[in-house]
Amino acid sequence: MLGWFPRNISTVGGDVDALFAWITIVAVVWFVLVEGALLWFVLRYRRRPGVRAAHVRGETRAELAWLLVPALVILGLDFAIDAASARVWRRVKIDMPAGEVQLAVTAKQFAWTFGYPGADGVLGTADDINLDAELHVPAGRDVRLVLRSADVLHSFFLPNARIKQDAVPGRAIDVWFNVTEPGTYEVACAELCGFGHTTMKATLFVHTPEEFAAWMASHAGGQPG
Amino acid sequence: MSDVAAAAVHEPALGFWRGYVFSVDHKTIGKQYLAMAMVMALLGGATAYVMRWQLAWPDTAVPLAGWLPEQMAYQGIIDPAFYNQLVTMHGTIMIFFVAMPLLLGAFGNFLVPLMVGAPDMAFPRLNMLSFWTFFVASVVLLTSFVVPAGAASGGWTMYPPLSARASYTGVEWGINLWLIAVALEFASFLMGGINLVVTTINLRAPGLSFFRLPLMVWMELIAAILFLLSVGPLIAGVLMLFLDRVAGASFFVPQEGDPLLWQHLFWFFGHPEVYVLLLPGVGAVLEILPVFSRKPVFGYRPIVWSTIVAGVLSFVVWAHHMFISGIDPRLASPFSVTTILISVPFAIILFAMIATLWRGAISFATPMLWAIGFIATFLIGGLTGIYVGAAALDIYFHDTYFVVAHFHYALFPSVIFGGFAGLYFWYPKMFGRMLSERLGQLHFWLTFVTFNAVFLPMFALGFGGHMRRIADPTAYTFLQPLMPLHRAATWATIALLLSQLPFLVNFLVSLRRGPIAGANPWRAATLEWSAASPPPHGNFAVLPTVYRGPYEYSAPGAPDDVCPQDAPPSTREVRAS
Repeated sequence: MLGWFPRNISTVGGDVDALFAWITIVAVVWFVLVEGALLWFVLRYRRRPGVRAAHVRGETRAELAWLLVPALVILGLDFAIDAASARVWRRVKIDMPAGEVQLAVTAKQFAWTFGYPGADGVLGTADDINLDAELHVPAGRDVRLVLRSADVLHSFFLPNARIKQDAVPGRAIDVWFNVTEPGTYEVACAELCGFGHTTMKATLFVHTPEEFAAWMASHAGGQPG
Repeated sequence: MSDVAAAAVHEPALGFWRGYVFSVDHKTIGKQYLAMAMVMALLGGATAYVMRWQLAWPDTAVPLAGWLPEQMAYQGIIDPAFYNQLVTMHGTIMIFFVAMPLLLGAFGNFLVPLMVGAPDMAFPRLNMLSFWTFFVASVVLLTSFVVPAGAASGGWTMYPPLSARASYTGVEWGINLWLIAVALEFASFLMGGINLVVTTINLRAPGLSFFRLPLMVWMELIAAILFLLSVGPLIAGVLMLFLDRVAGASFFVPQEGDPLLWQHLFWFFGHPEVYVLLLPGVGAVLEILPVFSRKPVFGYRPIVWSTIVAGVLSFVVWAHHMFISGIDPRLASPFSVTTILISVPFAIILFAMIATLWRGAISFATPMLWAIGFIATFLIGGLTGIYVGAAALDIYFHDTYFVVAHFHYALFPSVIFGGFAGLYFWYPKMFGRMLSERLGQLHFWLTFVTFNAVFLPMFALGFGGHMRRIADPTAYTFLQPLMPLHRAATWATIALLLSQLPFLVNFLVSLRRGPIAGANPWRAATLEWSAASPPPHGNFAVLPTVYRGPYEYSAPGAPDDVCPQDAPPSTREVRAS
């Protein structure tokens, strides 16, 4: 099933995909067990002339074990999945690295604007460079974004990096990622934002660090933050 | 018809208007809800067809849609703004105007008084008011399609600020009418829910203790209580959003307000609402399994307690819809834990259903096929919930087709499989005639196959990262390889919709031509089968007295393989006690 996923290019994507694989193993085992029992009972206990059903209420302790023991196993698996998910979540959304590159992302109907620090190397100053629909980052560097929206909800989605975060007007939300493979990828809006939602795209350009430095010099006239 | 039932037929002459339109009889009101749900389901299905066509063959004329006005579709080609209206109205119609009236309106009204041995609901006039409030809500919602600038287009979750200012969508009255319709719908089901709760608690027949209630009654009761406890905050939210739109308020618009407040109010209701829609379907399945396997339900009490536990948990999971909404990320993992914990009570319920089949004498009448189909498909809905309940994986799957596939696998089994299970099972009680088995079996198998063919491909779309609610997948390069899945799902959708024709024919023809059912065609034990089919006004000639639990099948030593709840104890039973 992972074969359907877009190619992973981020440092955290492998963790997300591994979580998917491990939940899938648990789910497939239970799927086969439960559908198997259902199919077996339906075929095995279909009505036959002269055979009367058993009178089983499932309320004695021994019978209840058939419900409660599998439920306990599920409870254990639940906690194992919770723990695995919490580890990955912490890495992606809580323990954010300071970031070797700082960028500002502003969403509005129906475009993405990416802000780069200008010659002073500091975001939020007058010499910031804003580019529409083009997100340029260096490969293998921690990138920190501050995500804002100018109007309605949007959602910043990098399918290849397994990164998604809603942009909320009135809030500045931190996002980080580290993508390792140079190339061009798509940035999508994943939250319904109006009649132009479908077309609210951008392109992620992942450069080698040297290319990125050159790109910054030519476009932003400054150093990457 | 039994002598007792025959004696009960003293239908007062009410005339057309009071008999069939402004009726206070719970059975007529139940059928009115059923009729509304079926009409709205046709519209909900039509919206699905148009969306599916646009997704499979973007910007080509939708067959049979050429008559739509230009603001929706120019010569049958769907406008992106209209696509958003379809997305919004499909969800709204199916959840609030099909599932709710079918599962709570029709089943709750028709069955609960009969199953507790009452002559009617506790408040018959309130019941009529509930239905007509719902009717007005439906008319208001339908009107929104034809007002200038069209229907609501903010998604069925109506997230502000998109929904809070007309300039963001271009939709003026469409969203206002949506808010009015939804508020009226909530008011209707608040009244109906109070009626269900009071009827269940106060009007139970002598001897019908809580733990002798049929599980359908438990499920309707718990569903009604969940609705009552959760909907208040959203009614307030709807009013606030209405004020944002028409009075220039800013509850949900920065800088004064906060868009996330709406999401909290919406999902504090929205997640319990999932169980409001799920439980009656579960209840119908749990009534049918024992009848067609001639066995008591396995683990009656564990099922009841599991349902209560799931209901309580449903109030503390809402933020799993908001993992990536911008809430404090430290909140996510606790909500993951509560969410995934819900797998335990529902696993117990599913296992109990399957254990009910164990050592049974199973026959495969149409209601039983739907019930088994429910188990087979709902399992997929439950298991895939773990993927999106795990916050870290939800980063990738949130707002993709994985979610669409997941919640259709959670709700379609309940609303459609559970709903049809119940309709095929209780149709003889509702209308006094049997449905055609042959058409019923055909309907089941076509629906079972085509339903899976529609929604299994959507899981793969979700694996591919395909966002929901975009009108044209070809806009993105990474979605291009997924187009064959879209086309497969669309063909299957057309087949799924056509598969409902055998049911429509069966339903309508059998009203007049079906074989006479008799009071208890399935040889079931619960009280509704002691009344005539259809039950007369007042339901029972003599109000029944209950002597035992609802699922006394194949008791050892008993001459018959069913012992109705209201049959006086035999000497054997008296001696045993």
